[in-house]
Amino acid sequence: MVSDVLAPSESLGDAPDSEGRSGGGSGLARYVASKVAGAATSLLLVILLGFFLFRVLPGDPVQTMTRGRAVSAEQIAELRERFGLDLPLWQQFIDYLFGVLRGDLGVSYFYSRPVSDLIAERFWPTVLLAGSATILAVLLGIWLGTRSAWRHGSRFDRTATGVALTLWSVPTFWLGLIVLMVFAVGVGPIPGMFPTGGITSPDTPPGVIPYVLDVAHHLVLPCITMVAVIFAQYQMVMRSSLLEEMGADYLTTARAKGLRDELVRRRHAVPNAMLPTVTLIFLHLGLVVSGAIMVETVFSWPGLGLLTYQALDVPDLPLLQGTFIVLAGAVVAMNLVADLLYRFLDPRVRAS
Amino acid sequence: MRVRSGAVAAAVGVIAAVTAPAVAPGVAGAETEETAESPTVLRVAVTQNIDSLNPFIAIFASSTELMRLMYEFVTLPSAEDQSPVGGLAESWETSEDNLTWTFTMRDDVQWSDGEPVTAEDVAFTYNLMLEDEAARTANGNFVSAFESVVAEDETTLVVTTATPQATMLALDIPIVPEHIWSEVDDIASFTNDTMPVVGSGPFILTEYRAEQFIRMEANPDYFRGPAEIDELQFLFYRNADAAVQALRTGEVDLVNRLTPAQVDALRDVEGIAVNEAQGRRFYELATNPGAATRDGTPIGDGHPALEDVRVRQAINQAIDRDVLVDRVLGGYGEPGAGYIPPVFQDYHWTPSEEQRWDFDLDAANELLDEAGYPMGDDGVRVDGDDRPLSFRLYGRSDRAFDTQAGEFVRNWLGEIGIEVDLQIMAGTRLNELTGEGVYDLAFSGWGVNPDPDYVLGIQTCGQRPGEDGTGGTTDAFFCDEEFDDLYAAQLAEFDPEARRALVADMQELFYEQSSSMTLFYENALEAYRSDRFEGFQLQPDPGGVIREQNGYWGYYGAQPADGAAGGGGGVDTGVILAGIAVVVLLGGGAAVLIARRRRATADDRE
Repeated sequence: MVSDVLAPSESLGDAPDSEGRSGGGSGLARYVASKVAGAATSLLLVILLGFFLFRVLPGDPVQTMTRGRAVSAEQIAELRERFGLDLPLWQQFIDYLFGVLRGDLGVSYFYSRPVSDLIAERFWPTVLLAGSATILAVLLGIWLGTRSAWRHGSRFDRTATGVALTLWSVPTFWLGLIVLMVFAVGVGPIPGMFPTGGITSPDTPPGVIPYVLDVAHHLVLPCITMVAVIFAQYQMVMRSSLLEEMGADYLTTARAKGLRDELVRRRHAVPNAMLPTVTLIFLHLGLVVSGAIMVETVFSWPGLGLLTYQALDVPDLPLLQGTFIVLAGAVVAMNLVADLLYRFLDPRVRAS
Repeated sequence: MRVRSGAVAAAVGVIAAVTAPAVAPGVAGAETEETAESPTVLRVAVTQNIDSLNPFIAIFASSTELMRLMYEFVTLPSAEDQSPVGGLAESWETSEDNLTWTFTMRDDVQWSDGEPVTAEDVAFTYNLMLEDEAARTANGNFVSAFESVVAEDETTLVVTTATPQATMLALDIPIVPEHIWSEVDDIASFTNDTMPVVGSGPFILTEYRAEQFIRMEANPDYFRGPAEIDELQFLFYRNADAAVQALRTGEVDLVNRLTPAQVDALRDVEGIAVNEAQGRRFYELATNPGAATRDGTPIGDGHPALEDVRVRQAINQAIDRDVLVDRVLGGYGEPGAGYIPPVFQDYHWTPSEEQRWDFDLDAANELLDEAGYPMGDDGVRVDGDDRPLSFRLYGRSDRAFDTQAGEFVRNWLGEIGIEVDLQIMAGTRLNELTGEGVYDLAFSGWGVNPDPDYVLGIQTCGQRPGEDGTGGTTDAFFCDEEFDDLYAAQLAEFDPEARRALVADMQELFYEQSSSMTLFYENALEAYRSDRFEGFQLQPDPGGVIREQNGYWGYYGAQPADGAAGGGGGVDTGVILAGIAVVVLLGGGAAVLIARRRRATADDRE
């Protein structure tokens, strides 16, 4: 699900390049402006692509929705008209484009409700799941990566790297089912402790604290599954960038001053090795939302991923386009943040 | 460093709190066992989404199931044998010409907000469907022949139809309250989610959280008497395996749409009972007997040999249905021949000994030899134009049957010199290709209603697509004048015996033509917590389903099992102890971490 996550770091190459032309006091403003303009262009392309991409999907949504139902040809014609499917494609696109610019993403065929409402409802569960999983994965990844690099070649390094790469390559769906079997149903001496799905249970007593605990209780398994799958990338990036730093002269100097090994690592090496990891985190934040699709499906977590999965089933064109814009928009936005942050974090990018 | 250890302590607190709810239900369960007045809650796993709570728009099976619980009907199929029984209507009579129907309504039914249910409400509901396009979305076919609907007084409803309509006592239309729905401006966008939703069915919808759960409470004033259970909850599971696991843990009490493998795994679990119901679906192998539009213009690219009835009959003889039921269904089903599944006893048809084609590869080979399709050197027969009998067979990727049955069919047809290219694809893609006539063979299947009119109708000539190649609801381009005549005759036939005979004739003709071949009727597989509930009313009884009925009988009959555990269910003392153990372990681990941090920071300061 996140196999392409490591790739976007290449795009970072752009940042220093475009920097070369800027200079003087307006440099920052021009830099920001050019990045924002680039992001806006990307978003427009996303809307265009989203519209035509989903039009080539096989299947007439009206036929699919009504299959196995007693409907007359007249009813089908009415449905087509209601959804605007009887209009020429270019007109559908113009209508859609102006709708999106007004913030109107259309009406879902399946739910007969505005797409923006549906997305707004599902947005926070996904942010909660993807957000908490990212935070945990980052902490775990950085910690394991640092230890691995510092003692590279040790048994700890070999084990940690092996485990991380194994989990990284395991199919998310399968891993989710295993986690569900073990910790929700219980296997052998391990009792079932967590719910098999959903975000809340109907029987929770009213009140904020029971509600929060209930959601947290439901969050545990999907979150663990997601962390297990994504922490490897942070671990690997942290490990390799720290390994690069370890040969550096300043570390020898630090050691020569008589500083303890752990202090050299924490105060000198790790902060310098953090840069690639931090940019990776931001680049990945956009993708992690779409990465939640599989986990949300296994654990019936009512988020954007699940919404997309269902929209594909129909196919529910307005809903698909809407979630596509939001998911792609998240990637564009986080790329923008990473670009801006990179300039802020790395002094070398600023110096031109 | 204070801060850091504080954070660890907080994390431990959160973990403890998070695992706590796992413990809590067990404790609550133990308590409720003693207090007899705790509500009885039946929890049902739903794997299909709810498309809408608006009964005029909702078309998914899961949504229509809810509508049946929320709203009463004028008449509905009985639990025993699906024959029409009164709902809101007490009695009914028809005019001589069968065009005027007079229903006498009960006068003791109330909406859940206390207003009386009258014939006016029924007239309003039907008229809304006649006047408003959007209101016809879900059940429009039932009113297509309606001419007028009038409430003559509070208890008398008169419906006139343009043509005789044999389905008048099977109108699957939820009746809505006029005093609420007359205020609705736009039916198409009305979400009907003001809780509690006013209805007159056995359960009242009181809470709906999209994709999380639905809560329904028993209607205390329901005219048949309140249901035995106090509350009905539908919990959403997007993953069928997770739903089965939830049944094991006791998070839900009832699951349906199980696969044979899931049923086999649940069969021996203590406290769980399996219901192998006769299904209302049939599974078929459709051919392309010459796809054409309504005016007869050929479309698509089906193999011309399939237009020859003898080729289709040979294929029909070359399929061993017993093997399919055994190997594909795991035995959970019946081999098929007639078009209407045996669960509908009145309309089910089985061929007589002489009519019946049993599995016989030699006979199939002989038939093809006689019909003039000589075997080529490569073991594949050719037609008159030297075109090999090589057929594409399409199946859906989301239906495991297709892949499995497809392999068997390929082997059998290979034995009679027909080459099969099995292609498994997305359901939407398959629908598109078959809709355009771009296929030779395809797997298909339909759910059948108690009244066979609709499912027979999809095989009539008029259901083929219009001139532009769209808008058809045909199953597989079957078109036969005699079949159409019989179809029209059965729709206008009001004598049940005579109608049955006509429907049987249609199925015989359809079997003979072998345009589509019924392969099997799969069982509807359900499982429930027999340690907590019993008394689910099956439809039909015996042999029928609990869920997705043509009515509400299944849930309405449910009652707590003798000696059933209380509301919590599933979580026992062992789990509580284990939960505590986990908390202690995590807490201990965190304490060690904190201690190590402390020491480490002390070292740093040196």
